[in-house]
Amino acid sequence: MFETLTTRRDFLRTGTGLVVSFALAPAVFGAAEASISKVNPKPTDLDHVDSFLAVGTDGTVTVYSGKVDLGTGVKTALSQMVADELDIGFQQVILITGDTMTTPDQGPTYGSSSIEMGGFEIRKAAATARKALLDMAAQKLHVEPASLTVSGGRISSGNRTVTYAELVGGKSFSIGVDSNAAFKAPSALTLIGTSVKRVDIPDKCTGAFTYMQDVRREGMLHARVIRPPAMGAELVGFDDAEAKSVPSFLATVRQSNFLAVVSSTEWGAIKATAAVRANWSGWEGLPEQAKLFDAVRATKSIKEDITSSVGDVQAALKTAATHLDATYDFAAHTHGSIGPSCAVAEIVDGKLTCWTASQSTHALRLQLATMLAIPPENVRCIYMDGAGCYGRNGHEDAASDAALISSKVGGKPVRVQWMRADEHVWDPKGPPTLLDMKGGLDGNGEIVAWSSSLFTPATMGTNVPLLTGMLANSPSTGGIVPGGVTADLAIPYDIANVHTVAHRLESTPFRPAWIRSPGRMQNTFANESFLDELLASASLDPMSYRLEHINDPRGEELLTRLAKLSGWDERPSPRKSTGDVCQGRGLAYVHYDLTRAWVGVVAEVEVVRSKGTIRVLRLFAVQDCGQIINPDGVRNQIEGNLVQTTSRTLMEEVTFDRSTVTSTDWASYPIITFPDVPEIVVELIDRPEEKSFGSGEPSAAVVPAAISNAVFDATGARIRSVPMTPAKVWAAIGDH
Amino acid sequence: MTHFQLSVNGRQEQVSADDPEMPLLYALRNDLSLHGPRFGCGLGQCGACTVIIDGEAARSCITPISSVGEGKITTLEGLGTPEHPSPVQAAFIEEQAVQCGYCINGMIMQATAFLSKTKNPTEGEIREALASNLCRCGTHVRIVRAVQRAAREI
Repeated sequence: MFETLTTRRDFLRTGTGLVVSFALAPAVFGAAEASISKVNPKPTDLDHVDSFLAVGTDGTVTVYSGKVDLGTGVKTALSQMVADELDIGFQQVILITGDTMTTPDQGPTYGSSSIEMGGFEIRKAAATARKALLDMAAQKLHVEPASLTVSGGRISSGNRTVTYAELVGGKSFSIGVDSNAAFKAPSALTLIGTSVKRVDIPDKCTGAFTYMQDVRREGMLHARVIRPPAMGAELVGFDDAEAKSVPSFLATVRQSNFLAVVSSTEWGAIKATAAVRANWSGWEGLPEQAKLFDAVRATKSIKEDITSSVGDVQAALKTAATHLDATYDFAAHTHGSIGPSCAVAEIVDGKLTCWTASQSTHALRLQLATMLAIPPENVRCIYMDGAGCYGRNGHEDAASDAALISSKVGGKPVRVQWMRADEHVWDPKGPPTLLDMKGGLDGNGEIVAWSSSLFTPATMGTNVPLLTGMLANSPSTGGIVPGGVTADLAIPYDIANVHTVAHRLESTPFRPAWIRSPGRMQNTFANESFLDELLASASLDPMSYRLEHINDPRGEELLTRLAKLSGWDERPSPRKSTGDVCQGRGLAYVHYDLTRAWVGVVAEVEVVRSKGTIRVLRLFAVQDCGQIINPDGVRNQIEGNLVQTTSRTLMEEVTFDRSTVTSTDWASYPIITFPDVPEIVVELIDRPEEKSFGSGEPSAAVVPAAISNAVFDATGARIRSVPMTPAKVWAAIGDH
Repeated sequence: MTHFQLSVNGRQEQVSADDPEMPLLYALRNDLSLHGPRFGCGLGQCGACTVIIDGEAARSCITPISSVGEGKITTLEGLGTPEHPSPVQAAFIEEQAVQCGYCINGMIMQATAFLSKTKNPTEGEIREALASNLCRCGTHVRIVRAVQRAAREI
């Protein structure tokens, strides 16, 4: 299996003889806490309070969160939740995230679940702990628990006080999490619901923050991976003679089609990589880009997921007075992290430690163990903040690159920093998505039939396969895992006959993964645009129809407030303007997963008919995510979703030839820049008595349809394809 | 090995490199342990690596170490600290103009160089000044507000 390992020096054989010199010794991160064996065992199951928190002898409370902060501010929000529930100061909370040795496996940080699920679990543990502390204090002070008051981690009865630290400092609670432990009443909260400033921002603004990319280990080596020029190519052979002339070159590592260069310096690794002459076989397994959606449609469906079925759609379509058909498509997208993925791995005494920006360290731990055929208990993954990932980008793959390479160089610490093209070409993609829509209206303009058919990859596995393992032919737990791509295919409207079905495809051109708002973004684009097509055919106002057909008080309040916020002009679309430069407004709404947050957006756009260019002028958004933990944090997420998804909608598309992805950088895969960013107006509906829902995703889902509807309002032309490039818009306008 | 004398954040530093074409970014990050400037693309496209050299914003990922000469280099660390941030850094903190923050070094360095030459900029001028700095989290509106705030307070 391990096919080739060439070295220029004998450092691998001597094991400890390597000398790496630096002009100045770089800061070595985490030397003390790195080794697996040096950490005292603590429970990490989801059932015990000690899994989630510990009171220190100094009165600090260390919180262990399986959910990590991907740049969304949850570290601050989770600390607010614990501090409030435990009646301690915000500054007393120390948060440890995503360390598989110490934090519970609360599932990956995805799907807007950090506050909604992760925070809920931690808050339950805190509420249980608070009750236990009160009971302990009551016993110690010989009073009833109900007579005690708590502030700043000090429990008082009259003038007698006992602190949390005195009760359990440095000790365990040894109690289970009480699922019935009551949260504090909203009126008693002092931190939840306030815009506490984010704990990470001062360091991030001054260079004091340690990102994944900044992790350094004593004796650390640098590696770069040489990727196949065609995605399915086989490595026939390689010649690294020239690479050996790079002074810092140490080794070329090969396993099957995985080829990497190791150097004592980072620049040396980059230079040596360019100097390796690799001989790859040809491969042309990708579809022709111009016929991508023909290929998607022609792909075998191995499963039909019917996500909603009401009445008899076929019969209703037959008898409908008006009948509309339309097909929507959404291009393959990259996550587009600004910082390419990076990881550091080292193996000591057969035990692997991996520093990673993975959103899913616990799952990664099992994947790395499988890949290297070592027991999971010998793998520790430690989360370090990376660049925003917006889903499953290349972080996990960089981790497996580093782990595999370290295993080939005697376990020495190895840092793998992906280059820009690694990320753009090789991160798993949001799969190209196709939707066929059919609708019917009766003679009174009432929508009586709604049918949608989604073509999207099947889910076949538990994890996105590690790229390293795919290239190296290593054992894998991975499969096709595109995320929750069928969510929000069903619609929130009261229509008599509805049928929505997902054709789950056996393959998709690129390794797929979830990208922020997976499926909901694509499905809501089709749903909310096609709804406006039906409404336009009956000359109905888009806002009024939705208000009348959602039968959901929170959705109705949201739309009412959105209409007011945006100054909604009640009338049917299109506006029937005639100039070359015309403006329009469009609405889109989603009830996330039909069970979670509510969000609506109105887009105002300007279209130049003769050029087909769209400029998004303003976006108005209203969101109801239940009890808000940190209002400014939620606003920051909504603003980010609106801007990022405007970029996706207007210009983003993975391009490719028959062999590989050709959008390799920011020139070939442009994203929105400052001059084109719209003005954004956000209104939050806070419901302190209600459950909290996540905010990282939902507002992304509504942007493409709001823009499509606004372009239709402005021009009468319907854009059914993302990205809405000038060529597509110009062609659609030409038809009108 | 060639030894390069660099002026970084007011200090004289010596860095050894076997390749005069090595981008300045690697010397700053790996040899001098300055993590403000970040590797984003290595192509001069995104701005995450931005430093200020003699008052001008420069992309350290495509600036050969041998080209810097006696140029005075300022990195994010050279502007201020969490305890004593520069006006631009303070404005970014005040406006909470960060999500993941990976691009923020570039935003602060570019804005600092811009504001040193442009007093009372319009919003449009700020957007143009930052047009070649990419942010993926969509923090743009806050970043513009932060630069406006800094412009008022400088």
